[in-house]
Amino acid sequence: MKVIEVPETLDYRSGDRLVEALDGVESEQRCLLSARHLRWIDPVGMITLLGVGRELKRRTGVAALFQAPESGQVSGYLGRMGFYQPAGEVMDFEAPRRRGGAGDSDVLLELTRIGENHDVHAVVERVQERAGAILSRTLRYPPSAVIQFAVILSEVCQNVLEHAEAPGWVAAQSYNWSRRLGRHVLILAVGDLGRGFRGSLASRHSGRFGERWSDATALEAAFIHGLTRFPDQGRGQGIQQMRKQVRRWDGVISVRSGTARIADVPDWEDLPPLEQDLPMFPGAQITILLPERLPEDG
Amino acid sequence: MDSRGDGDPQLDAFAVDVRDLLDRNVANLYSHLVTRPTGRAVRIAIEAQLGELDLPALSLVDLSSVSILDFSCADEVVAKLLLARRDRVRPHRDVFFVFTGVKLHHREPILEVLARHELTAVAGGEGMGGAFELLGAAAPRQVEVWTRVERLGRVPAPRVEEVFPELRERRTVEELVDRGLIFRHPLRGDLHALRTLLKETA
Repeated sequence: MKVIEVPETLDYRSGDRLVEALDGVESEQRCLLSARHLRWIDPVGMITLLGVGRELKRRTGVAALFQAPESGQVSGYLGRMGFYQPAGEVMDFEAPRRRGGAGDSDVLLELTRIGENHDVHAVVERVQERAGAILSRTLRYPPSAVIQFAVILSEVCQNVLEHAEAPGWVAAQSYNWSRRLGRHVLILAVGDLGRGFRGSLASRHSGRFGERWSDATALEAAFIHGLTRFPDQGRGQGIQQMRKQVRRWDGVISVRSGTARIADVPDWEDLPPLEQDLPMFPGAQITILLPERLPEDG
Repeated sequence: MDSRGDGDPQLDAFAVDVRDLLDRNVANLYSHLVTRPTGRAVRIAIEAQLGELDLPALSLVDLSSVSILDFSCADEVVAKLLLARRDRVRPHRDVFFVFTGVKLHHREPILEVLARHELTAVAGGEGMGGAFELLGAAAPRQVEVWTRVERLGRVPAPRVEEVFPELRERRTVEELVDRGLIFRHPLRGDLHALRTLLKETA
């Protein structure tokens, strides 16, 4: 059995370390995905973990065995984020026993499957009820931000439906990055294991790029230039509008697809604007980080 | 066509409450205009109703019950309805659209899709002080001529040259009529602001 260790920290910066482990996996090989030492995970990490689980099943033909975190806190958090239900669809494991009562959850948006149009409506509906307090009290955004956030959420989820041709997941939560940034940050993650940007755009746009056509050029075409596979001039606005709104909020938006990642990065973050030759991961993963407004932001 | 005299604007009119269409055609659960398939369903429902009307027709699209409008839906509902006017063989070439109940947070997606397709819409709603305005791609001379008609409500045919003494202004009037932003009575040649037609055909 091949053992794949989940890093102690699995977040928007460290997911590629887990994806790298997919490289050596062979057909019919049983894998153990060990999250025993996991100490910190965010929505991006959860979606990466699910994606790796599903990809292991696809490559090997056998569901990987998932070992839940030893930390009750982390395991409980995964439970509150609704991780174990979708995880059970792609991996084998014994669900950890629930600690404490059900109680009210502080989760902004639990891991939710996006497979059809009505899933997007449901997510927008659900998040509206909860996002108000987080956006206005925690992040100090104006009241209108709830609607703008819902629009972003709708567009980012539609990206899965329109381009991936495979279901995906979405999740969101806010965190207090007191040590790292001295502010609260909302993290929104959406991911799928579909055909990715390169696959989606290839038939319409690869010709003009010739030998330069790659995951990175496909991402640039969609992210920077708003190209899509549709001839309709009204298409391709989603990502452009998300970028515009995230920039207004001084946030980060990054899209990883295949072997590349492209991002709009504000001063407070040091992610590179474009990364290539990353470990191959199918589909597309979109990450949005929205920081708390500072008093001097007005 | 109805039995009004030829002094009345010859327009068949119907009002579309988008929320009603949404409820009836998509699902009762949805209270938001989000996702492209939802927008497409709403537009197809509006187009089906337009198909029942005699032309020319006035279509009122009321967004006052829509709490969230995303860019995909704005493209499907607002832009594509207006784009169909450019198609000279399609039946709603002679439909005049007025968008009402436009809230402040609807404006950005609407303005964005109008700009992308170089379209202009007549709209009224929040932050417009009860007035109507041109949203989208319009040159200053078009806005100026449109505003004059809007202020007057109706310009009888014999007064058109008086109100628009310069040839370039009358050419602009033609452009605005062609783009469905002003209605010209097909028999009398009077110019009507779409706003006034809403009242007259109510």
